[in-house]
Amino acid sequence: MQTFFQQILNALQLGSVYALIALGYSMVYGIITLINFAHGDIFMVSTYVAFFVGSALMAYAFKLPGLITFLLTMLASMFFTAFLAVMIERFAYRPLRKAPRVSAVITALGVGLFLENFTLATIGPHPRFLPPIIPVHRFTIFGIATSNIQLIIIFVSAIVMFLLDTIVRRTMVGMAMRAISWDKFTVPLMGVPMDRIISITFALGASIAAVGGTLYGFVYTIDPYMGIRIGWWAFISAVIGGIGNIRGAMLGGYLLGLVEIFTPVILPSSTYRDFVAFSLLLLLLIFRPYGLLGRPVTMKV
Amino acid sequence: MGKVKSLISAFKERWDAFYSSWPEPVKRAAVPGLVAFFFLASIFFPAWGIINLYWQQVLIYVGINIILTLSLNLVNGYMGEFSVGHAGFMAVGAYVSSILTVWVFPKLGLSQYTPYLFPLALIIGGLAAGLTGLVVAFPSFRTRGDYLAIVTLSWNMIVKSVLENIEAIGGPRGFMGMPKLTSLAWVYVWVVITIWLIRNLVYSNYGRGALSIREDEIAASLVSVDTRTVKIVTFVIASFFAGIAGGLYAHVLVFINPKAFSILKSTDILVMVYLGGIGSIGGSILGATVYTVLLELLRPLQVWRWVIGPLLLVFLMIFRPHGIMGMREWKFLMPPEERPESWRKERELFVLPKLAGSPPLRCC
Repeated sequence: MQTFFQQILNALQLGSVYALIALGYSMVYGIITLINFAHGDIFMVSTYVAFFVGSALMAYAFKLPGLITFLLTMLASMFFTAFLAVMIERFAYRPLRKAPRVSAVITALGVGLFLENFTLATIGPHPRFLPPIIPVHRFTIFGIATSNIQLIIIFVSAIVMFLLDTIVRRTMVGMAMRAISWDKFTVPLMGVPMDRIISITFALGASIAAVGGTLYGFVYTIDPYMGIRIGWWAFISAVIGGIGNIRGAMLGGYLLGLVEIFTPVILPSSTYRDFVAFSLLLLLLIFRPYGLLGRPVTMKV
Repeated sequence: MGKVKSLISAFKERWDAFYSSWPEPVKRAAVPGLVAFFFLASIFFPAWGIINLYWQQVLIYVGINIILTLSLNLVNGYMGEFSVGHAGFMAVGAYVSSILTVWVFPKLGLSQYTPYLFPLALIIGGLAAGLTGLVVAFPSFRTRGDYLAIVTLSWNMIVKSVLENIEAIGGPRGFMGMPKLTSLAWVYVWVVITIWLIRNLVYSNYGRGALSIREDEIAASLVSVDTRTVKIVTFVIASFFAGIAGGLYAHVLVFINPKAFSILKSTDILVMVYLGGIGSIGGSILGATVYTVLLELLRPLQVWRWVIGPLLLVFLMIFRPHGIMGMREWKFLMPPEERPESWRKERELFVLPKLAGSPPLRCC
């Protein structure tokens, strides 16, 4: 039983990261029906920003307390990543808004490859660790081993997700986003600045991914190609939850965290995790083609 | 741009004038003659050393990529689905045909005949891949668009993951020991077969069915297109050719591992399809050739070619979202009744008097 709860905690840690990235996929899809394949790589860039800012702060900055350094690193990463995403949207996706949809998807793939290989060419392929911005304390509660980092990851993600949910549900910007995802043709006529709202969506999605990226960097190594795998897993989370649905993306993220942690427990090796996750996805799509929380779209003749 | 365009159209006019001056038998023999000439060239040029080994290798890759691109274009371009897992079918073909040439043929005591049995191995690999094409064809009855894309994507990931977990065929380390059987001539033959079959399919009843599914699936089913059969046929044929290409690929590389058939390979194929333009056989040939040769030429840039390549793709998509020749076709690949000149004749006969002043009909 103890190992079970131990694994649940680990799954929550990993699932939080997946959920944070999945939100970006889901929001962008909800608003312009584009699968933003570059999102995983935007996440990768955010961890590198966190790496450089964190290292710089650790090296030069005046013995700030760990928590403040952490917040500064995360904010810097969020701002830079949001800026990057807005630029990508402005220069790569916006010219294609009237083009066939597939061209935009191919462009997204191209942007993703560009980000990966640009990072590879400039920073190099070696895996890196984030500096120990917050010193690790390991302790046990009720026989479950955990650390302050693990709890920070789980709680910070939960807070960020709650904030995002509030933004989307309660503010004017959120209302505009939901309106655009509901009807792209009439809403601009009602005076909603569509381009600006789309930019804000990209910025929000990317900055949430940056939160995930900074947290991810605390526990795992980072390398230029990590955005591919994490990005795909986050993407599956978004689809399992029902792409375009914010709460679905969160649910899907935690579910995939469970799948990844519990696969090696049940099957002989962790190399089966892709197999399990994607088979699950296939089955789900056959029986519930619009995800767990998505609403079916009926096609009008 | 305008200058280039006027140059091209001037060249076209001259070529048309020159072409129409040919006598009828020469016209008819031109395309088969060229096909035969290139076949002989693909046998003798390497043997005489006119094409060195490096360019042979590049041309072999061009050929394999043409097969892959064309078969994916059948699904993505002509039928309008969005399949992103083509490398999965390629992997099935590659592994099945390699197992045949490495284990089965020697075990049957046929090892000295292996070079002659190579087409058989390829076809069996292709058939196995075609069978797995059903895995994607059945979900496509229920879902469409992005969700079908996800189905194909997960199919690719599952194939890769399964291959990584079967120790008997090397697991993640890969599978080796195939003889190097793929030669320029074999690749050329398969490219011609692929072009010929897919061109005939596209202009057949099934092909028209696929086109109508692309335009509007519900309307297609209302005019009694059997959408399910059309989808099954299209997916199976596309995966069959992907399997053939996989077999050729395995026997030129003489080493395959599951990583070679990851989503990155699928992305490569997608890029070639959309670079060439959807719904066009000529476009697929051009797209595969341009992409493969361009990446070869950029090789001196080392890591940076993978930076410049995607960047070029993004620019292409922004400035020419339909690819090089999206929805257009080379004339010699169309049946005579479909060619623009016969359209024009028909219009003059029947339609033109009524529609005088209307914009010209877009060919194909």
